[in-house]
Amino acid sequence: MKQGAVLGMILFIASESIFFLLLVLAYVNFHKTTGQEAAAMLDPVKTGLFSIALISSSFTLWMAEKSRPKNKGLFRLWLFATVVLGAIFLTGQMMEYGKLITHKLTISRDLFGSTFFTLTGFHGLHVFIGLVLLSVLLGLALKGRQNEPPEPGVQSVAIYWHFVDAVWIVIFSIVYLWRYV
Amino acid sequence: MTAESLPSGQINSLADIPEYKGLWSWVTSIDHKQLGIMYISSAFAFFLVGLSFGIIMRTQLLVPMNRFVAQDFYNQVFTMHGTTMIFLMAMPLLFGFSVYLVPLMIGARDMAFPRLNAMGYWIYLFGSLMLFFSFVGGGAPAAGWFSYAPLTEKGFSFDPGITYWALSLLVIGVGSVATGINLIATILTFRAPGMSLQRVPLFVWMVLATSFLVIMSLPALNAAIIMILFDRILNTHFFAPAYGGSALLWQNYFWFFGHPEVYILILPGFGVVTEVIPVFSRKVLFGAGFLAASTVAITFLSFGVWMHHMFATGLGFSVLYVFALSSLLIAVPTGIKIWNWIATMWGGSIRFTTAMLFATAFLIQFTIGGLSGVLFAVIPLDWQLTDSYFVVAHIHYVLLGGMFFAMLSGVYYWFPKVTGRMLSEKLGRWHFWLMVLGFNGTFFVMHLLGVFGMPRRVWTYPYGQPMVAYLNMFSSLSSYVLAFSILIFFWNMISSLYKGKIAGDNPWQAWTLEWATSSPPPPENFDSLPPVYSRRPLWDLENAAAKVPEGGEQS
Repeated sequence: MKQGAVLGMILFIASESIFFLLLVLAYVNFHKTTGQEAAAMLDPVKTGLFSIALISSSFTLWMAEKSRPKNKGLFRLWLFATVVLGAIFLTGQMMEYGKLITHKLTISRDLFGSTFFTLTGFHGLHVFIGLVLLSVLLGLALKGRQNEPPEPGVQSVAIYWHFVDAVWIVIFSIVYLWRYV
Repeated sequence: MTAESLPSGQINSLADIPEYKGLWSWVTSIDHKQLGIMYISSAFAFFLVGLSFGIIMRTQLLVPMNRFVAQDFYNQVFTMHGTTMIFLMAMPLLFGFSVYLVPLMIGARDMAFPRLNAMGYWIYLFGSLMLFFSFVGGGAPAAGWFSYAPLTEKGFSFDPGITYWALSLLVIGVGSVATGINLIATILTFRAPGMSLQRVPLFVWMVLATSFLVIMSLPALNAAIIMILFDRILNTHFFAPAYGGSALLWQNYFWFFGHPEVYILILPGFGVVTEVIPVFSRKVLFGAGFLAASTVAITFLSFGVWMHHMFATGLGFSVLYVFALSSLLIAVPTGIKIWNWIATMWGGSIRFTTAMLFATAFLIQFTIGGLSGVLFAVIPLDWQLTDSYFVVAHIHYVLLGGMFFAMLSGVYYWFPKVTGRMLSEKLGRWHFWLMVLGFNGTFFVMHLLGVFGMPRRVWTYPYGQPMVAYLNMFSSLSSYVLAFSILIFFWNMISSLYKGKIAGDNPWQAWTLEWATSSPPPPENFDSLPPVYSRRPLWDLENAAAKVPEGGEQS
């Protein structure tokens, strides 16, 4: 069963990567078609800063896993830092969406809007689900019994979180940085 | 043989198991056997619904210029026929077989994630009901089972039918991915001691391959469905050419899912006949390694052939050649399997039980369907025959004559294990011969109709075309024979459930682990497991007992 949980998560990630691959391909397929001027409204520097928060949350989660056998207090602290960093990223995404929508760049405006909001929106949904999972781990670490959260649970959530980060690196490179190459 | 070495208890029918008493025990169940039975029963219920749609279509096409149903309704009927049969009947049927048999065949107590298993079933059931709610919720989908854009865009299909179609398939798709993950995790981590991956029954091996196809191809359908949903609900433009969107994107994504889907459906059928043929030929499976390896080859190749569904869309010549080649190539591992099954039967002392009859008919009919499939890889022929009744004949030979016949073979083979009662062989033979007649009568002539140029999905056809009226009438009359044979089958299942002969643990003298426990198996599956030294643990057990008359030490 221990192996089972981690294996199940790896298989889920494999399935999810096909899903994101096709969303990314839809973006790439349409990126020359329409919405060039809309794409210019993106702010790679600002989003880049929020991306750093997300990427460093992978690091803090890794530190949390590493410190768990030795020091439970440190484990909680790193886990908390991960949740905060993830929440910062999600706040950044909300602000970005707000700015784009006030400038009339919505999901139905053109194909850039369609592909951009679908792709980043589904990634944001995955970050949100990850935050819920991490919060459950944190709650168990604070209030749970001796062996909670269970080791396979921590491992599979960590795999999921690193995957969500990796997907963001791909999305950020293609959506925000490609134009400057 | 198993009586002395394996305690089998007093269980002779499902009613003997206190844990399975009452509706509540089924609704709240996370037992893989109960869920398997629920999957299979729901799938057969939807089979009856899908069959009724088919009968409505054949009745409409009975004579030229018929007015049996209205045009709009006819479009809904053929859409719902395809969608029901593929997503609500075929996939749940194979999932039912898989979740019921896999833990038993590998000597496990249950699936790796029993709750996820239950979620998969209920999400399928309610997703299916949501699809049928569309009939009263503003109109059923009417754009064909593969819902080509831009017909599915709001401007062309204003009814909410397509939205229902997309939502319920999304829900069912998520459940399928969950079940696929569950099956892989079960097979990889829950095998009995001694049962290496080389020793699992070939059915389990093929379920493993199918599950990989499920988790890697369903997300393509999910992604495409999310895009069409957004197009319809949020006014995005993914598939709307007027706004720069691409209708071909839908075709690419759908068939990237759709072709592996064909193998998702057929591989468990292959698995079933691979279990049935050796048992009733009383011979070791010929070339088990080749069967396993060719399954892996099919798994990989099936992701590289999807564009042969799109040969008529104006692809470049290099793309045409690559996909024609890969489509011809994938016929090779399938041919290897046919060869293996025939070689297994060759020289065996064959017992033509109903299960074996269905497996044999599968071999012949699937080969016909496979060969007409190879024709489509020949591009000029594809251009001539695409979207004609030839395609309808092909898909029904592969899925009904192939997959469904194999599954029926499995029903006759495992019904005694699942219920503790034998199905009636007499009714089984009536079912078999009428179904073979009805099926081939209905669909073989469709090859000719396609060659004569009758397009698929037409509501009716004019008078005066040579042969077309005769062939359609022949096909329609045969379809009634087919439907009648299915009624016999259902009557057989219901009456045998109450009055069938008591089966005992191992009525067919089979060799795999599911026959080592009582029929039906107790909730915990096994009291003790025989040691596993080969692919045929029960044969080993019997032979060990025969060689050492005192017997005790060996088992």
